[in-house]
Amino acid sequence: MEKTTSPTIEHKQRLTIANLNFYYGPKQAVFGLNLKIPTNRVTALIGPSGCGKSTFLRTLNRMNETIRNTRVEGEVLLDGQSIHALDVVGLRRRVGMVFQRPNPFPKSIYDNVAYGLRINGYKGRLDDLVEQSLRRAALWDEVKDYLKKSAFALSGGQQQRLCIARALAVDPEVLLLDEPCSALDPVTTAKIEELMFHLKDSCTMAIVTHNMQQAARASDFTAFMLDGHLIEHSETSKLFTTPTDPRTEAYITGRFG
Amino acid sequence: MSSRRIVWRKSLNYVMLTLTGIAAFAVVSVLFLILGYLIWNGGTSLNWNFFTQLPKPVGETGGGMANAIVGTMKLLFLAAVMGLPIGLFAGVYLAEFGGKTFSFVVRYTTDLLNGVPSIVIGIFASALFVLPVKHFSAFAGGVALGIMVIPITVRSTEEFLRAVPGNMREAAMALGASRWKTIATVVLPAASGGILTGMLLALARVAGETAPLLFTAFGNRFWSQGWGQPIASLPVMIYTYAVAPYDDWHRQAWAAGLVLLALVLVSNLGARFILARSKAV
Repeated sequence: MEKTTSPTIEHKQRLTIANLNFYYGPKQAVFGLNLKIPTNRVTALIGPSGCGKSTFLRTLNRMNETIRNTRVEGEVLLDGQSIHALDVVGLRRRVGMVFQRPNPFPKSIYDNVAYGLRINGYKGRLDDLVEQSLRRAALWDEVKDYLKKSAFALSGGQQQRLCIARALAVDPEVLLLDEPCSALDPVTTAKIEELMFHLKDSCTMAIVTHNMQQAARASDFTAFMLDGHLIEHSETSKLFTTPTDPRTEAYITGRFG
Repeated sequence: MSSRRIVWRKSLNYVMLTLTGIAAFAVVSVLFLILGYLIWNGGTSLNWNFFTQLPKPVGETGGGMANAIVGTMKLLFLAAVMGLPIGLFAGVYLAEFGGKTFSFVVRYTTDLLNGVPSIVIGIFASALFVLPVKHFSAFAGGVALGIMVIPITVRSTEEFLRAVPGNMREAAMALGASRWKTIATVVLPAASGGILTGMLLALARVAGETAPLLFTAFGNRFWSQGWGQPIASLPVMIYTYAVAPYDDWHRQAWAAGLVLLALVLVSNLGARFILARSKAV
């Protein structure tokens, strides 16, 4: 069914997904998906609503296990190790996630960032790591004088960057972003894309997006999904200029979706 | 459109508006009537002695209800210790863990328990903790009130936990928090204002219960000798004094009613204050 063109990359692969099937009860949402997510690069997942992008993304840190009556088949390897063999807490520490809507805790800005460190029993100096994480999320200058204030006092874009800082605080190897900009305005979106560019030094990212311009701008590789199948996967510049599959071309030129 | 119709419609509007307004006014005035009546009848007996002295022997005037005020506090303390944790944890179960069938059973049972007449709960507590030892006790009264606290706490806890957005749970779990840690560090704190309010209201609700105490805590004209002994309480004192043939006792019963109502009003206000503050965060 799918013609996965493996991207020509000199890189090693952070995540290797092999023959992944996913079911919500009797309904299958992801069909035999094979994909490699290269280290320290941004991989975008595009496709029409309901095509299984988010579902697929959520299998990568086993978030779908929190939903009742779901089943996963196939293999996901993180640095060559099966994520299903890992302790789920340890896995989620290594594979962080940012959600569609900013979801800060009803705590102070500081406590939001420190949360992941505290529950993981981090004993070192919290202050330094909180500052470092907020800097990495390009939020430090805006909030450094208000660290004790409620996170709800921030604007939507600031809240989303706070959520990114919160995810970065535990120093994940992979960051999964599930439509992180869909609730944000273009200026804030640009800030987050810039932030992703800088994060590539230290982090592997997979981003689900509805916004094809965003995929084109911010990603190195793009995977196009349709009805639970991976249709095409290649370097972003290639996928958007010379797609090999007619369905990919139809989608990126706006003929459906 | 005929003008008769318009007149009819307008007058119907007017009549219904007036009716609902009268009903709304009646709701408000009932509370103030009760309050005014209590102050009118009991205000004169409400003095320093009322709060500090024991009841006088039959025939003497004066004295107070210090033992009943402390007794009510003690009974509420027992009810809180026994009922609130069970209510809280059952509420957490319903909101966070429960499967479909068992949750339905628990919810339904909780509603039934809430509807059990308080005197029946009194008989139950009496059968368990009074009859075997053959004497009334504060403990038995606390059990009766504690049982009544449970269903109210369960439902309010569940309701406020459900109001916490699911994406906060996801955020915590995505950071590596276990199910319980997510609940303990994110969900419960987020709902704490509402849960505390529900608990306060539950206690305020049972503070005025008389029937479950009649044959459990019974009553006491002196200081209680301990948790295993009979203990005085404001509602039972009101009952005893109101049916007695002495005018002085009647006045004191009114005063006790006033104190009890004040207690309930204050805890209600406190609950609202907590809720308003927790929402502001």
